Amino acid sequence: MARVEVVMPQMGESIAEGTIVKWHKKVGDKVKKDETLLEISTDKVDSEIPSPSAGVLAEIVVPEQKTVAVRTVIAYLDTEGGAVATSAPAAPTLEAPKTVAPSPVPMPIPAIQPLAAPASGRFYSPLVLNIARTEGISMSELEMVPGTGEEGRVSKKDILAYVAARKSGTMAPPAAGGSAVSSAAAPVFMSTTKVAPIGIVAKPVEVPELRAKYPAPQHDILQMSNVLQKMAEHMVKSVQTSPHVAAIHEVDMTNVVKHRGAHSAEFEKKEGFKLTFTPYIVDAVVKAIKKYPLINTSIEGDKIIKKNFVNLGIAVASDNGLIVPVIKHAEEKNFIGLARAVNDLALRTRNKKLMPDDIQGGTFTISNYGVFGTMIGTPIINQPQVAILGTGAIKKRVAVIDDAIAIRSIVYFTMSFDHRIVDGALGGMFLEEVVQNLQNFDMTMKF
Amino acid sequence: MGVMTYIEAISKGMWEEMERDSSVFLIGEDIGEYGGAFKATKGFLKQFGPDRVIDSTLSEAAIIGAATGAAVVGMRPIAEMQFADFVTCGFNQLVVNAAKMHYRWHLPVPMVVRLPTGGYIHGGPYHSASTEAWFFHVPGLKIVAPSTPYDAKGLMKAAIRDNNPVLFFEYKYLYRRIKGDVPDGDYVVELGKGKVKRGGDDTVIFTYGSTVHLCLEAAEVLSKEDGVEVRVVDLRTLMPLDKDLILSSVRETGKVLIVHEDTVTGGIGGEIAAFICESAFSALDAPIKRVGSLDTPVPFAPPLEEYFLPDTPKIVKALRDLARY
Repeated sequence: MARVEVVMPQMGESIAEGTIVKWHKKVGDKVKKDETLLEISTDKVDSEIPSPSAGVLAEIVVPEQKTVAVRTVIAYLDTEGGAVATSAPAAPTLEAPKTVAPSPVPMPIPAIQPLAAPASGRFYSPLVLNIARTEGISMSELEMVPGTGEEGRVSKKDILAYVAARKSGTMAPPAAGGSAVSSAAAPVFMSTTKVAPIGIVAKPVEVPELRAKYPAPQHDILQMSNVLQKMAEHMVKSVQTSPHVAAIHEVDMTNVVKHRGAHSAEFEKKEGFKLTFTPYIVDAVVKAIKKYPLINTSIEGDKIIKKNFVNLGIAVASDNGLIVPVIKHAEEKNFIGLARAVNDLALRTRNKKLMPDDIQGGTFTISNYGVFGTMIGTPIINQPQVAILGTGAIKKRVAVIDDAIAIRSIVYFTMSFDHRIVDGALGGMFLEEVVQNLQNFDMTMKF
Repeated sequence: MGVMTYIEAISKGMWEEMERDSSVFLIGEDIGEYGGAFKATKGFLKQFGPDRVIDSTLSEAAIIGAATGAAVVGMRPIAEMQFADFVTCGFNQLVVNAAKMHYRWHLPVPMVVRLPTGGYIHGGPYHSASTEAWFFHVPGLKIVAPSTPYDAKGLMKAAIRDNNPVLFFEYKYLYRRIKGDVPDGDYVVELGKGKVKRGGDDTVIFTYGSTVHLCLEAAEVLSKEDGVEVRVVDLRTLMPLDKDLILSSVRETGKVLIVHEDTVTGGIGGEIAAFICESAFSALDAPIKRVGSLDTPVPFAPPLEEYFLPDTPKIVKALRDLARY
């Protein structure tokens, strides 16, 4: 038996501290290596932290809701069979296990380790859970298995196919490959599907001076989460920094809708996740940026910093508020590569597996508020970028084509841009280029 | 080996057992001269005489009571109900006396009660009921429900030789519509053993009696049109249930449909579903589904009866729902 320290991990270079949101295990609970041990929140993202080794959670040093510096010891694990290599920087301290107060008798170890609760809320049948246990598939891995059942449910066939592929090595483990699946519940655009309203995310708090002003029960006082506070800060800073101008263009998505409809089944079969509209839009934007690189810049004093790469951010509503994961080097990716990257980010956002690096370094942002039914919006620029594209809901509309009336799939794109550097001419031309890329999409493209 | 109808196989089973064992005798309404309401015992009076083919008074209580008494003193009676519906008049004799004799006095009660059962014949509410679930609830009774001529003969012979009261549900709809190979001579189909009628590992149907044939049709549709392979298990005996076969089939498929002609609420399917949930929950990949009749008396009007009863499209739909889940 060896005692292993669990430390507050450093989630990114600029992160100095983290808050413990939730311990997933109680003292005395058995935990597997890489099984989710706790959830932490930094000022960038919320993350689930895997256990550094297998063992029993012997002691929780830092309770929930406490914020500590990175590398602080937050818990101890008792491991079986001597010292176990650990991700903790400090060497495991070898000392006799302390008797744990609440349960002096070691808790009986169940013959079958129950799987953790699914973070996505996706339903798994008893049989699928059983197969996952037998095959040693963790809940986080199970969450990545493509489901072909109703509402994206993983059927017996799906998991057996996954197990077979896993054994034959034709499928990279999701953690390494990241070639995961999108949930069927979000078939059209990348978006988390279970977005809790802000009021549920923010926890009630009692602040006497505020309570005097806002008496109960007419008022609730809620604590803004780190992510919410950061959002507020960034939004105010952005409108103070950049004179926003918005241009709105109409896009005829009929060809894209047709292409997606014709290829979605084949695509899903090949790639293992659903084809959404997002990669089409991302692809069109990246191509337009290559033609109008001044959109892909930032301003430092009186200097323009032109980025010779495209890190494309995609705004996503998550349970904890707005998050903008970034596709790095989007300019190097073809359509499939973009689709995989979008799917990977969507999935990791939903499963709280984003790393701080995933949300840094963006050079241009797309915000798809169409998933909420919004037709036209005026998004706020994600600083220090100089433009942001907002995409509305695709709706069938009567359109005039060659003086004939036709039914077309129409969407409105808004680009907000920073008029310090982008004028109406450049903004309009860039957006029109995006429009043309989508309207003239290469219908012969196959997967 | 000869091809015979379902009712011919039942008659053949009784005939062979009466030849084989002189303690076997028949009792029922109009079973002698008339040969029975469905002619299952035609010719029996001439062959075996009035001591062994007894035309009874018009009383199911008397028939079952007399049969129970005869069984207790060492005879092997076969009591005929003209329609399964009429068994209600003999309910007390069956449930209170026949079923509990062995428990109370260690007396074997080797009797068979034949119950021509079910709908699909436009017989209306008093001649079409499925009554097996009433007796399924009574410890001390065995229940069989064959779907083919082969099983009908083999189960009849096994029922006659069994030392417990056995309710033999025979499907009027199948009497002359189903023909099949029936070996000459002696064979029995062991009580308590189901049979896999069709292989498949996507979904399993547990069924019995008339609906076995509908399930086989539906399974073919799924195989041809959907590429889904459905296993069809004919339970054949309802009490005792073939639990081993049920569990192994659940474990080998993961999805379960239970089909019976009886109404869904309180039907045997509910007990099978509960047993599966208790014993093989971790093998289930979908909620267990049931197809049965609507919770009303059996309607007389043919279109209403069709609407009321299970049919192939209803089973196909349930199978597709399961496949999609």
